[in-house]
Amino acid sequence: MARSTVRDHALFEDIAVYSHAVLAYTDDSGHPVNVATSFRGDEQRGVIVLDNPAIPLAPGPGAEVNVTFSHIRPYPSVGYDQRRYVSVWGTVSTANGTLEVTPSRTHGWDEERMSFFELCERSVPSAHRYLRKLSAERGETVKPTMALGWLFFLATRVPFLTATFVPVLLGAVIARADGYSAWWRMLLALIGASAIHLGLNVANDVSDATSGADDANVNPTMFSGGSRVIQYGLVSLRAMRVTSLVCYAIGIAVGLYLTALAGPQLLWIGAAGLFLSIFYTAPPLRLVHRGLGEICVALGFGPIMVLGTYYVIAERLSFEALYASLPVGLLIMLVLYVNQIPDRPADEKAGKRTIVVRLGREAIVAGYAVSVAAAYLLIIAGAVFGVMPVGTLVALATIPLAVQVYRGIDSHYDSPYELMGAMGKNIQLHLFTGLALVAGYIIAIVL
Amino acid sequence: MTKLPEAIEELLNATLVSELTVLDGRGRPVTYPLIPLYDGNKIYMTSSVLFSKKLEHIKRDPRVSVTISDPVAARVEPFRRATIQGLAQVVEDDLHSGWERVMPLWTAKEPVISDLVKKRFAMPLFWERSIIEIVPTRAFLWDTGETSRPPQVFELGEAA
Repeated sequence: MARSTVRDHALFEDIAVYSHAVLAYTDDSGHPVNVATSFRGDEQRGVIVLDNPAIPLAPGPGAEVNVTFSHIRPYPSVGYDQRRYVSVWGTVSTANGTLEVTPSRTHGWDEERMSFFELCERSVPSAHRYLRKLSAERGETVKPTMALGWLFFLATRVPFLTATFVPVLLGAVIARADGYSAWWRMLLALIGASAIHLGLNVANDVSDATSGADDANVNPTMFSGGSRVIQYGLVSLRAMRVTSLVCYAIGIAVGLYLTALAGPQLLWIGAAGLFLSIFYTAPPLRLVHRGLGEICVALGFGPIMVLGTYYVIAERLSFEALYASLPVGLLIMLVLYVNQIPDRPADEKAGKRTIVVRLGREAIVAGYAVSVAAAYLLIIAGAVFGVMPVGTLVALATIPLAVQVYRGIDSHYDSPYELMGAMGKNIQLHLFTGLALVAGYIIAIVL
Repeated sequence: MTKLPEAIEELLNATLVSELTVLDGRGRPVTYPLIPLYDGNKIYMTSSVLFSKKLEHIKRDPRVSVTISDPVAARVEPFRRATIQGLAQVVEDDLHSGWERVMPLWTAKEPVISDLVKKRFAMPLFWERSIIEIVPTRAFLWDTGETSRPPQVFELGEAA
């Protein structure tokens, strides 16, 4: 993958910002020498003019030299920024006591043109090449390692389980508000739903690895672009498949046990959830590739989980629970929606035609505003018409957070790393709004 | 082996970045900006496997040159410049944690690095690293920073 940020057509403009050059050459014994010197670019003649440094064994005419321009701005005890360098190769000639280098090739990096994270992602193939060479030299496999706990944490993307905790908790408190209580059943529902969720996360990574979507993504963030454990060579595709199957098996086993306890209607709710979860990425449907990923997620992490948990505890269905699941479903849908924004170039390349790939920037930003407004309107209408307790209006306290997310998306739509703030707040929006709804039901139960 | 002069040691300890020049497969110089660490005898640099070309070059030809050139990155009074030629060795018995032995030197120069290491799970390949260990053999010092003036030359002898 291309890693150089040097603009060959504007090389002299690129080097003009540096304070000095470092001339590197080989001395008469073949040992490299490098030395700082002042310089000026002569764009008209296409040469870099260097003051001849007073160092023994300076390069003679015709020698191939390397000239490097490098800069960093340190912040003592904190870090640094403005990392950039340009390296130029060419033959040297002497003129009026100076050295003139005619550039023949260049390389370099400027973090303002390519973030360090993107540079690292673009360098992953060369890391694998090096590790393969090292393995051949040593006669044993050399691969990156990580503690098993961290690997599981990364591969399954455990932090995203808030998407499961919120609807399960909501279903449980709505059942409690209706007079039904079985906390251990809620706990089992939480375990089963979490297992399916983790299985789905891993399956999604497997799918994106085989389709090439994650490989093509050079701007992954902590919220998007998958777990990367396959791309980094930390976990094999086979191990990921097995992990996904084990998670699904646990989820299905718990679901069947709860069906036996609560009643056969849970089977239909669970089957619907499992269908959406599997065919979210699996062929032939690959729903996420058809722009239906958001709907799958809204249904799965909204009505299916809230109603499923309610049914597990109450052994009946409830219109109120279905209604209360809608704002939660909309908000989790928006988590996927926003997290897919930075992935869209790679997704498009891999044929993963998500909604974000299909629609333009304006429609996507407007779509966020309309959907988040719909979530709050559902909460207000639910409280006003008595479908939800009045206390759930406390969830409106998260509106300022929603406004921040909207502004973040609008401002940083094309900057994956700057968008991370909005992506993080969007996850918080789902979590805090969901927990506020739970709190609204708890207030109703207590009062 | 003779030690580097104090003026260069001070420069090595102060500078955030230096330029390391190695030779590629065809004997041509290639330069990389890298953080130099110094323990009083050898210069150390670390390189992630993500940016491993330089490691292959050094394994093929251990002759290297390090220069400290940037007044912004090397805050010493009075400013000076130095070039150190030497022989390098790539140490990578344990890519995952072998480089941690230079962490005290690294943290002293770049305190933020210890926080980044704690989050290494976020950039796993970046933290699979080799150490470049350089034994200085000759050094040049320009005590005013003006490299158009003749340097002081220090012959340090061959590496053991």
